[in-house]
Amino acid sequence: MSVHVRETMRSKVRKDWLKNYSLYLIVLPVLLYYIIFHYLPIYGAIIAFKDYVPTKGIWGSPWVGLKHFQEFFDSYYFWRILKNTLVISLTSLVFGFPAPIILALLINEVKSRFFSRFVQTVTYMPHFISLVVVCGLIIDFTRDTGIVNSIIGPFGGDKVTMLNNPDYFVPIYVSSEIWQEIGWGSIIYLAAMGSIDPRQYEAATIDGAGRWKQTLHVTLPGIASTIIILLILKIGGILSVGYEKIILLYNPAIYESSDVISTYVFRKGLQEFGWSFSSAVGLFNSVINFTLLVGANWLSKKINQSSLW
Amino acid sequence: MKPSISRKGFIVANVLILSLLSLITAYPILYVLFASLSNPADFMAHQGLLLKPAGFSLEAYKLVLENRMITGGYLNTIIIVVSGVTINLFMTSLGAYFLSCKDVLWRNTIMMIIVFTMFFSGGLVPYYLTVKSLHLDNTLLALIIPTAVNTFNLILMRTSFMNMPEEIVESSTLDGASHLTILFKIFLPLSLPVVAVMVLFYGVGHWNAWFNAMLFIRDRDLYPLQLVLRDILVQNNTEAMLVGSDSFDKGLVAETIKYAVIIVATIPILTLYPFLQKYFVKGMMIGALKG
Repeated sequence: MSVHVRETMRSKVRKDWLKNYSLYLIVLPVLLYYIIFHYLPIYGAIIAFKDYVPTKGIWGSPWVGLKHFQEFFDSYYFWRILKNTLVISLTSLVFGFPAPIILALLINEVKSRFFSRFVQTVTYMPHFISLVVVCGLIIDFTRDTGIVNSIIGPFGGDKVTMLNNPDYFVPIYVSSEIWQEIGWGSIIYLAAMGSIDPRQYEAATIDGAGRWKQTLHVTLPGIASTIIILLILKIGGILSVGYEKIILLYNPAIYESSDVISTYVFRKGLQEFGWSFSSAVGLFNSVINFTLLVGANWLSKKINQSSLW
Repeated sequence: MKPSISRKGFIVANVLILSLLSLITAYPILYVLFASLSNPADFMAHQGLLLKPAGFSLEAYKLVLENRMITGGYLNTIIIVVSGVTINLFMTSLGAYFLSCKDVLWRNTIMMIIVFTMFFSGGLVPYYLTVKSLHLDNTLLALIIPTAVNTFNLILMRTSFMNMPEEIVESSTLDGASHLTILFKIFLPLSLPVVAVMVLFYGVGHWNAWFNAMLFIRDRDLYPLQLVLRDILVQNNTEAMLVGSDSFDKGLVAETIKYAVIIVATIPILTLYPFLQKYFVKGMMIGALKG
């Protein structure tokens, strides 16, 4: 039996190759790209279990087991960057996740097509501005002589360079992120609202439901699956606060509230050349992220059949 | 049916909220525009919000356009965007075409191999070592090849290809057209909206990218625009900017020059995206809702 199965499998592969080899040649460059720039680094992550020496290469460097992981878990920085990562991503989840949904609901209530287009065009804009410019503006606006201080100055309070105060970092980070992405984030919800069957609204109107009731019982359920999918992705990324924006914004005076796992990996690995140690930290982060994503997806499948795969 | 009073109240409040939000969104950029056009001395003396330029001067723009670091960065960025987007489009269409074909044995396996990389990565350091071991560092290729395909964009394009009528492929195959001919002569011309979205997404990505350049580029002549901007805006290094300025007090021009740089670096994209808006909204829809 198994011999037979193997035979048919082999002939299936052969037939597929004869029929589709030109298609496989087409996908070859793409496949090579993924192998070289995504899977080679995954293989390279084994230096987390070694003492990587550049001259000996990845394979030639000596194995050291879990030494680097041990060192990381025992270090003072472990708790600090874990706490900061969680604080930043939970704050941006709580405030940043609902914001585009609310915006989409408000835009959906606008009758004038011109005004709705106008609001959308304006709110999409910051998404297209580079992070370097956005962070440059944040730094400039929150300086002691900056525009934010000159506005709140008359209402009391000292003029301070806000980014030198650890307490201000998270609010600045999260609010600027909402500023930049609220419009862009609302596109997908508006699209989901657009695909709700208009007859549902008609039926609701006949039943005597006002606009508010319709929002509650037609619009929100209509976009629920979109909300859940995006929430799963967000939860999967809860320990992956990106480094780009923080590297542009932070300075040693506020590391205590702004240093996260990814920025720590960047500093330890690429500025202090602790290749293996920072690879261990990065790998720890990747594995946790992946586990969280799979977990959130599993949970959502259990609860209401919405899932990524 | 007449709208109730509370309904009217809501409509008014809604318009007010959305107008205020638009204002908050747009004002920082307007402020930068006004500041860049201001007379440096008047600008320094001014406190608080600007509702129009304080005084008027084009000196900052003159200095920006004469500055070799800025113009060099601009040129590098244009080279990166043009060649990068070309490679992006080529590679993404190849992948999307394959993944949209039916009756291919290994298609789903390859799809899984690709999608997996969205959720798991080897981390920053192994990525850095990989690019370095290929000797791409300190060349513009390091900013083009490692970002040749974006998985999200690939899936978006694949979804669009999957909606192509099957008869097109069948009849073209009967006419003896090869897959490459079908892809480049039939599929791409028929999916111009998606191609426009790809050009926008990839183009903006390259235009705004700075991190890979910081990692891999050491030679200042190869700096893309965003890395030059970072020196000026984030590390506050305006001295390099002021070479050749005699007509104004140097410290003063430094204040408005920052804003002129931002405008010069951001204008191309801000004038482009509104025209492509209807395409990318559509693109986000097919990509996100079905992907």
